[in-house]
Amino acid sequence: MSHQLLDAAIILAQLLLLLAMSFSIIRMVRGPRAQDRVLALDALYVNAMILLLTIGIRTGSVLYVEASLIIALLGFAATVALSKFLMRGQVIE
Amino acid sequence: MNHLDTLPPWAAILVAVLVLLGALFAFVGSIGLLRLKNFYQRVHAPTLGSTLGAFFMLAASITCFSVLHGRPIFNEILIGVFLTLTTPITLMLLVRAALYRDREEGSQDVPRELPHE
Repeated sequence: MSHQLLDAAIILAQLLLLLAMSFSIIRMVRGPRAQDRVLALDALYVNAMILLLTIGIRTGSVLYVEASLIIALLGFAATVALSKFLMRGQVIE
Repeated sequence: MNHLDTLPPWAAILVAVLVLLGALFAFVGSIGLLRLKNFYQRVHAPTLGSTLGAFFMLAASITCFSVLHGRPIFNEILIGVFLTLTTPITLMLLVRAALYRDREEGSQDVPRELPHE
């Protein structure tokens, strides 16, 4: 009984996260200015990281945790680089 | 059947509740990102997902793997620490850049630059 509940909860959570990712993609496509698109990219990678964690719980492999750590790291670097680009017009001065 | 069936019922229910809460917070954050009016309002919404959403999901993951393996597993704490450190930094940089761009354009919606700044 509780295991069917867990399966249903994980699938529902994955659907919600997919919807959340598609909302941020819509904002990235619409987003009137460049900073909106960067913000949407930031939200997209955080949601992707959370989705990867749910996949890890579903498959029972600890490796997905390391993969989501790498997504968080690269996403941080990407957002910082893009914000610097928006501010100065170049990434490395 | 699969590994999730070996979880005891209390752990299964706890993990289910934590997973659902995390996904709900991330979902609400993305709705805010889609629906709020301007950039300075929108920048608040996704932080809901990157703080509470991520932390509930990390708690679910820690509970699940610790119970499955029979010993405490804390790899996920690294992600939590990393997110806590980086989210404010990235968003402050991004808002600074947006404010700079808006001021350069002479927009009337943002406060003027202070003289001593």
